[in-house]
Amino acid sequence: MVKLTETSACAGLLPVSHSGVTLRELDATAITSLAPYNGAEKAVSTALKRAIGAGLPDAGRLIAGPKGCILWTGRGQYFVLGGTLPKLKAATTDQTDAWACVALEGPAASDVLARLCPLDTGAMDEGDVARSLIGHMSAIIIRRSDGYDLMVFRSMARTLVHEVETVMKSLAAQARL
Amino acid sequence: MRINCPICGARDRREFYYMGADDFLDRPEAGDQDAMHRYLHIRENPAGVTRDLWHHEAGCASWLVVDRNVSTHEILGVTLASKVAS
Repeated sequence: MVKLTETSACAGLLPVSHSGVTLRELDATAITSLAPYNGAEKAVSTALKRAIGAGLPDAGRLIAGPKGCILWTGRGQYFVLGGTLPKLKAATTDQTDAWACVALEGPAASDVLARLCPLDTGAMDEGDVARSLIGHMSAIIIRRSDGYDLMVFRSMARTLVHEVETVMKSLAAQARL
Repeated sequence: MRINCPICGARDRREFYYMGADDFLDRPEAGDQDAMHRYLHIRENPAGVTRDLWHHEAGCASWLVVDRNVSTHEILGVTLASKVAS
């Protein structure tokens, strides 16, 4: 059997830095998409609290637990990062390796996103999660204390890095004028 | 133009996709040929207030019923489609 080499979505592309803003790839983590069955939200949330220490967050939020983090990712849909899931009254699919996950950090991170995203990401609070666009890519945007975590489909990794780096360079060039 | 998604809040029009008039919520009984013809093909085209279906494609993926004025681009009301037709 052929031995395949494991590579991350942004291998060879990141990190990049310009004028104090850095784009780096996040450490790989298990990602599970979770959609509770009709009326099962409470039962799923309780079971998750027991298993990983975090229940289902409100729309547009995340809850970090000791054994995993749960993101709201859409209507009736959540992503569980890390952790091992018990049997739940929910449709679950393994999304590990299906997403390119990067962190955009630095004082001007929101200026970079302002050029790429129709959402006012500067108004997001730490722990806010939004589904929106980066360029033409469907994305998950998470507000962190020092910037943003961005997730796009893995096949878009190179485009994401290109789009974000182009903006970083443009802002850096304007700052030098 | 911004649409106030009941789940995500006010979002840019780029996140949404227009899915047609809200007539699609009232599917006629099978067998009624005339009603099916009207359901599929006959639309009003008013210069003023319309009621449309929009999909929050790049957001929470909800289907929305949006009342808006096509002459002024004013958004008059947004409801989850699941609340209008269940």
